[in-house]
Amino acid sequence: MNRLLKRTALATMIGLSGPAMASMAYVSNEKDNTLSIIDTNTQEVVETIDVGQRPRGILLSKDHSKLYICASDDDTVQIMDLATRKIVDTLPSGEDPEQFALHPNNKHLYISNEDDAIVTVVDVSTKDVLAQIDVGVEPEGMAVSPDGKWAVNTSETTSMLHWINTETFEIEKNIVVGQRPRHVEFSKDSKVAWASAEIGGTVHIIDVDNLEQIHEMTFKVPGVNQDRVQPVGIELTSDGKYAFIALGPSNHVAVVDAQTYEVLDYLLVGARVWQLDLDKDEKHLYTTNGVSGDVSIIDIEDMRVIKSIKVGRYPWGVVIDPTS
Amino acid sequence: MAFSKRLFAATLAALTIALPAQAEGLNVRIGYVQWIPDQGPVLSNVIPEPEDSGLRGAQLAIEDNRTTGKFLGQEYNLESLVADSEAAAAAAFEAMQSDGIDLFVINAPASTLEMLASKSGDNTLLFNAGAKEDSLRTTECHANLLHTLPSYSMLTDALGQWLNQRRWKEVFLITGPTSADEGWANAFRRSAKRFGLEIVEDKPWTFNADLRRTASKELPLFTQADDYDAVVVADVRGDFGEYVPFNTWLPRPVVGTQGMTPVTWHRVVESWGAAQLQSRFQELAGRHMNGEDYAAWAAVRSIGTAVTRLNATDASDIRAFLFSDKFQLAAFKGRKLTYRGWNGQLRQPVPLVHPRGLVARAPFEGFLHPRTTMDTLGFDQPESDCRINN
Repeated sequence: MNRLLKRTALATMIGLSGPAMASMAYVSNEKDNTLSIIDTNTQEVVETIDVGQRPRGILLSKDHSKLYICASDDDTVQIMDLATRKIVDTLPSGEDPEQFALHPNNKHLYISNEDDAIVTVVDVSTKDVLAQIDVGVEPEGMAVSPDGKWAVNTSETTSMLHWINTETFEIEKNIVVGQRPRHVEFSKDSKVAWASAEIGGTVHIIDVDNLEQIHEMTFKVPGVNQDRVQPVGIELTSDGKYAFIALGPSNHVAVVDAQTYEVLDYLLVGARVWQLDLDKDEKHLYTTNGVSGDVSIIDIEDMRVIKSIKVGRYPWGVVIDPTS
Repeated sequence: MAFSKRLFAATLAALTIALPAQAEGLNVRIGYVQWIPDQGPVLSNVIPEPEDSGLRGAQLAIEDNRTTGKFLGQEYNLESLVADSEAAAAAAFEAMQSDGIDLFVINAPASTLEMLASKSGDNTLLFNAGAKEDSLRTTECHANLLHTLPSYSMLTDALGQWLNQRRWKEVFLITGPTSADEGWANAFRRSAKRFGLEIVEDKPWTFNADLRRTASKELPLFTQADDYDAVVVADVRGDFGEYVPFNTWLPRPVVGTQGMTPVTWHRVVESWGAAQLQSRFQELAGRHMNGEDYAAWAAVRSIGTAVTRLNATDASDIRAFLFSDKFQLAAFKGRKLTYRGWNGQLRQPVPLVHPRGLVARAPFEGFLHPRTTMDTLGFDQPESDCRINN
């Protein structure tokens, strides 16, 4: 903490007050090879940074000092120092990294290698590849439970959730879900996992203790053809109240009661909504809209879309640094 | 070394844990039979078509099925034969059948396909990955035959919708001399009626000069007319069509089998995860994936998807599953694909492409259908005599 404060102070002195003072949202633009940085206070793009080719999955280190970026077409994971906004290092990632997840130990990075049907585990401190685990065709979604026990990978063409024991790096269970599973999100207490199936049009709720499905959700967006309802990104509020599900080319986000699994509302956002993230107070939800090239902001108290912000071409992932 | 040992252990663990007792040794065998008659000499033969179109798609899908199957104790094998005559194709089909194979992907002309479908019983399932004839979807119906390749009318309806929404409604149609050209052109004439297009000129191509020397002189004269919005070419084998663009009397775009074309699949399709399929295919085959590859891939993946859910390999069980509401194929076209209950055609969006880019993807907004907008492409249930599930 102290070191972070010092760095903040230093950054402020040399005129880079932006990154450290305000909470920033980082958006990867898949077709522009850039990262858009949005100040969540002013809700405007403050900077656009060149990164590697075809940036998709992005995530924050647990201490919020670094941003990891899957540069898919460069077959590498880039590390950006958030204080300076410079790419400072790269990690071996295996081929075509798309999504990844960081273990709570802040060291083990689980990367899905879409072209190779494997999950690569890299120690970010030593850059050692700890394991390569065979999974199904086109591994995509990657999540690690907050308690650190499980890493879950979704394989899109195999349509399975692969449950990887984080101690042994072995698959302990495969759960068949709807077609083209894209994303997994754990509840904060690690008891429940939510998995979206894009082509199946379903969200599967998995009880983590028993590794069994306990519920399957479907969606009906008024006035939208059922084929276009394609769940992708999932975000859960930490109070356990809401789940938000990005419904792809239906251009809507579903608001779900996270306890009863009842859909409360559908909110119209930009075209082909992909990924989601909550801001630091969980007052706003940011959505990346791939086809319209913008980010929508949803006010959670009012449950309505309050703004859309133009970013780069095909915005893919969004993460918000809650620091400050 | 410790690393690879761990890897091996991980694989082993995955296999043993996931293996349900009844699935032990479940082996899915699929036959692939291809026979493409000689197309005859064509003028625009500068860039040859690959000879393993279709086969490579089936091979890729087998790989995909295997990767999935290893978690469920299911093994997949493809037995393939590229025949050099119809008789050889029929003999190979029979040999595979008597060897116990009852799941087939056939890449052959409509007449060959029909012959095979007729001689095989109800307990055999065939996937058509080579014949686009509309008759197979409207009058010559076979209960054991599914079609993963779009029909001519699905392709021309995609083009018709596109011309309609661009408001390029007056077209000049040129039709080549083969029966395939006529099949394509007839499908387009139907599409024109459906989507409010006017065929202001409907001319057969009868010239037999070598257009590589004379295209610039002959085609402007051939395409003389008062006015039209676009030229539509029906030249399925690619004989003269490549020489039509930029050689028309009026400065108009060329669409159809050349120029901008409605296709099953093309390298430029990359949305909806297609980029991954394209790169997997490129790695396997060392070339781009085409429509026949895609159709064969979709057929083998349909089987794989059914086996994953059913944990059974019986052809009639698989057929029943493919027509049930439980089946959906994730096939990189942005929609879940299903089979039409009346004629076994795989519903699918149709990309419209030029050689180096994607122009659009049908169905287009505004063309509605009570079941699914994908049924605005091709012969709908009331327009087809087929009722293969009744």
